[in-house]
Amino acid sequence: MLKLIDKGIKSALLEVQEYVLLCSAALRAMVSPPFFVHDIVEQLDAIGVGSLTVVILTGLFTGAVLALQTGLTLDQFGARPVVGRLVSASMVKELGPVLTALMITGRVGSGIAAELGSMTVTDQINALRALGADPVRKLVVPRFLAGIFMVPLLTVVSDFTGVAGGWFVAYMQLGVGSGVYWTSVQEGLYLQDAWMGLIKPFFLGFVIVSIGCHVGLRTRGGTQGVGRATTRAVVAASVAVLAVDFFVTNLLVYLMY
Amino acid sequence: MSPRNADTRAATATPIGTDRDVPVIEFDRVQLAFDDVVVLREVSFTLLTGHTKIVLGASGAGKSIMLKLILGLLRPDGGVIRVDGRRVDQMSERELMEVRANVGMVFQEGALFDSLTVRENVGFKLYEQTRIPLEEVDARVREVLGFVGLGEFIDRMPSELSGGQRRRVAIARALAARPGVLLYDEPTTGLDPLTATTVDVEIVKLRDLENVSSILVTHQLRDAFYIAEHEAVREVGDGFRVVRASPDKAEETEFVMLREGRLVFEGHASELRHSRDEYLQAFLS
Repeated sequence: MLKLIDKGIKSALLEVQEYVLLCSAALRAMVSPPFFVHDIVEQLDAIGVGSLTVVILTGLFTGAVLALQTGLTLDQFGARPVVGRLVSASMVKELGPVLTALMITGRVGSGIAAELGSMTVTDQINALRALGADPVRKLVVPRFLAGIFMVPLLTVVSDFTGVAGGWFVAYMQLGVGSGVYWTSVQEGLYLQDAWMGLIKPFFLGFVIVSIGCHVGLRTRGGTQGVGRATTRAVVAASVAVLAVDFFVTNLLVYLMY
Repeated sequence: MSPRNADTRAATATPIGTDRDVPVIEFDRVQLAFDDVVVLREVSFTLLTGHTKIVLGASGAGKSIMLKLILGLLRPDGGVIRVDGRRVDQMSERELMEVRANVGMVFQEGALFDSLTVRENVGFKLYEQTRIPLEEVDARVREVLGFVGLGEFIDRMPSELSGGQRRRVAIARALAARPGVLLYDEPTTGLDPLTATTVDVEIVKLRDLENVSSILVTHQLRDAFYIAEHEAVREVGDGFRVVRASPDKAEETEFVMLREGRLVFEGHASELRHSRDEYLQAFLS
């Protein structure tokens, strides 16, 4: 029993050590040549443009249902006209960043883990090294950069579509005038809220791609291993997104409010 | 060598092991273990320039690990590994890049990049690591694909190739940057005898016509003896034929047998055939 616990602790520590080593190697490679520009552009496209549809739909329906639910609650206080304030504050500060990150975890984090995982188990990563290319520069850095810079952009898109979805429901179903809704949206937002909504996705994007890359590169055990790695990456990144969101929100509240 | 070839070579790497019979790879009491499992126990051998070592052994005997150690993909727990006189067991990843520029490896199953075409796979090193003009890289890619007889497959994806074709593309990829040493990891495992012979012929051609030093890991005895006992001879023009190896040529290929991580035999094909060691006899039967 003790032996098992000992083994478990060692393997967990090893996992953390490898994750930290990968992140530090990637961060070093980001600021020193050579840069694989073609791969970076390819990943920006795959992670950014490729995720647009899912992010737009997520934002739209989240904003819409938020307006519907809060509209009913606000009715109890005769405050239906301020539904825009609630939708905008919720979307920009919390739901936009977190839901976008979770959707990208499902779409991108799993994809990265599966792609790098199958490259690992078929010796393609070793072949890369044997051919004189550094897998961190060639595969990890482009994904890191794409994740860090595209997740905030996608979050902004999600925020806008969410507020627009909220407007649709407020106007069509709740009977709130357009002018009233948009004025309320502006009144509900402060500069700090916008900053919070913009800063958090950088951290969340980093978490998603770094976990995807780490799990993918440590895949063992053939196609079954790739399946396991994909599941692990999605579960670990989803939990990490929620945990990091909590801690970064705490930090930003402390620093800005 | 044509001027274009000279440019390609200059831009890729400093050629190693150009003098014959000079040690190009040396293992000196190399040891490796994963947790409690000992993979290599004090393994020592030397590969001379232009020569071939065929590493035999049962599955899990540590054969493929040896190739990964040579390239620095793994580090030994003890002992010394030299490639062209330089210790690779102590090198950083950046220093290893220089060594890897001169050592090609054909991985088990080929390990082709499945999202790239045959052209991009074969020219990967030249496209990514050098500043050779694209048309020259393209010409080199066509040249090596022609060498392995797959010129017309240049724009195919790896998934559209058969197992044997994938191995031959892998050989072309390892060959593209004109390495002095080639490492083959089970290049014929899983192939039918006819396709395996095609791959064997490529290995013999590279050794005899291109003077490439090589280490071949396999447990396919038929292929191992074919490579050890045949040689490629140039014919008029670009042609060649494979004939029974002359005694001098046969001397250039040695067998190494690993058993549970220990080197238990080192010698030529005829010595291996006539060995009275029980394990060797059982392995050969």
